[in-house]
Amino acid sequence: MGERILVQGNEAVGWGALAADCRAFFGYPITPQNEVMEWFAREFPKRGRVFLQSASETGSINMLTGGAMTGVRAMTSTSSPGWALMQEGFSNLTAAELPCVIVEVQRGWNTTRHSQTTYKSATRGGGFGDYRTIVLAPASIQEIHDLIQLAFYLTDKYRNPTVVLSDAILGQMMEPLEMKTLDFGPLPEKDWALTGKATHKDGKKRFTPIAYGMIPTPRYPSLLSFWKGYEEKLREMEKEIRYATYQLEDAELILIAFGYVARVCQEAMLRARVKGLKVGMIRPITLWPFPAQIIKEKASTGADFLVVEDNLGQMVEDVRITVEGQAQVHLVNCLARHLPTEEGAIYPEKVIEKIESLMEERGR
Amino acid sequence: MKREWITGTPRLWVRYPVPIAFCSGCQHASALKILCELVEEMGIEGNSILMAGVGCSTMAAMLVDFDSGITAHGRPCDAASAIKRILGEKTVVITWQGDGDTFAIGTEPTLHAAARGEKITTIMINNGNYGTTGGQLAPTTIMGQVTTTSPEGRAEPQGYPISVAELLANLKGVAYSARGALTSPANYQRTKRYMKTALQKQMDNIGYSFVEILSACPPNWRLSPRESLRWIEEKMIPQFPLGEFKNIDRII
Repeated sequence: MGERILVQGNEAVGWGALAADCRAFFGYPITPQNEVMEWFAREFPKRGRVFLQSASETGSINMLTGGAMTGVRAMTSTSSPGWALMQEGFSNLTAAELPCVIVEVQRGWNTTRHSQTTYKSATRGGGFGDYRTIVLAPASIQEIHDLIQLAFYLTDKYRNPTVVLSDAILGQMMEPLEMKTLDFGPLPEKDWALTGKATHKDGKKRFTPIAYGMIPTPRYPSLLSFWKGYEEKLREMEKEIRYATYQLEDAELILIAFGYVARVCQEAMLRARVKGLKVGMIRPITLWPFPAQIIKEKASTGADFLVVEDNLGQMVEDVRITVEGQAQVHLVNCLARHLPTEEGAIYPEKVIEKIESLMEERGR
Repeated sequence: MKREWITGTPRLWVRYPVPIAFCSGCQHASALKILCELVEEMGIEGNSILMAGVGCSTMAAMLVDFDSGITAHGRPCDAASAIKRILGEKTVVITWQGDGDTFAIGTEPTLHAAARGEKITTIMINNGNYGTTGGQLAPTTIMGQVTTTSPEGRAEPQGYPISVAELLANLKGVAYSARGALTSPANYQRTKRYMKTALQKQMDNIGYSFVEILSACPPNWRLSPRESLRWIEEKMIPQFPLGEFKNIDRII
């Protein structure tokens, strides 16, 4: 068993990155992720690893582009407004097939408090071009630590950036963490990395453009060949679906939630079960690729769905597309927060209220 | 006086089966030729990495026969800073950029890389306009110069050009800053010396080094290559004087 520590979610990002042998971190201050970059500033230089503070999030993502070009494991973290600034970088990283990890500690629109408002741009690809990135959504401090390691594995496997979607509540709360290095198996050699011509086995130049297609390369002689290659990559990445299920066997109503809201929903589900209500839950761990198959299966057996998310309704669209009208899809959104001020959060009570009224309707 | 042959293609220049799209009379190619010669002469082709941004400068990354990459528009200094810090002193990292790439869209990365004293070298090709997109107003367009977005000539509404080499020389992290031109064999040799010194500053691990090169853009200037050289001498050099603005061996 690994060493156990009590740690904040934002710092668990650092411990996970270290376990994954991340070599370089680039970042710019923004609440509520400051503890992430402060962890790297404190822990990386003394271990001979690179910490570099940029002059903007646009700077962070472009430093990350350079860092990724060298083939070492590199990452950045930010929060929602910074995430928006980074979007051009995503387009370039995907176009240049550069592996790296981006952590987004979501905040509430432009307040410094929590929310889950990045779902749409993270799962659709918020920049220009035709890309997607695998999006991992942890719901505990342990999972942040573990998914950071998985993110580094997946990004190296597909040469496509991977996103870990945290939020202000997960980032700021503390839980016990068991530190352990996860092994996901072998990865291809990074023969493409820029490390100087003399270091390459064949002694030939390496070239990493952010514009495959515009500039003909042996790998992609044309834009269409790049597009075709990327389509194949998307089909492979779509197989990386991960999710957790809770009491689905006899469930008539299935909650669907991710991140901190999934913790709230777990509590709501347990309380509903005590009242004899047949409620289950699906927690997507990959937001893209979306766990459509399990939802489809349950829809065909007559279950209905209640999506709970701390935004106006973003993931609910994916659930509606998935069930194709075969089941009812309901929503509890950020307007159900327990306080009208920005301190408000979705609490189990509002979810239970909705569960009860939906189950009553179902019974009629 | 020793006479030197300054035409021809350097060894570290990738040959493509198709013509490479530098316009006739464009001095990006001449300046890049100098860099290729220097990398060969200084024996650093095995450990050099070139980062180009977006614009005519992009082609440099395709043409040099040593490791290279293309970044987002304006962002070579961000990428280069990361690469240098990861790979360390043994690697020579060069950014090859146009004037807009360096100091319009790229102001933040360039200025901050210089301020941090990154051990990288930036070569900025100053042709006073955006070449690739058809000759629009650049941060280095001189007063009165006609571009497609200053059709009456640059004047008060567009504001004033930025003298990048002098500006960067004021920053503490900068070890070397100079401006050259390629209008005569003498200027050509002087510019080559500046570029060599800049690379040497990086190899000696002193600080950020920068060379601005005044460069002809005949098609967008609507001048012949020969007229373009005269225009640089008569119009550009008075605005952008040649010389070294900073040359130090230690940052204290």
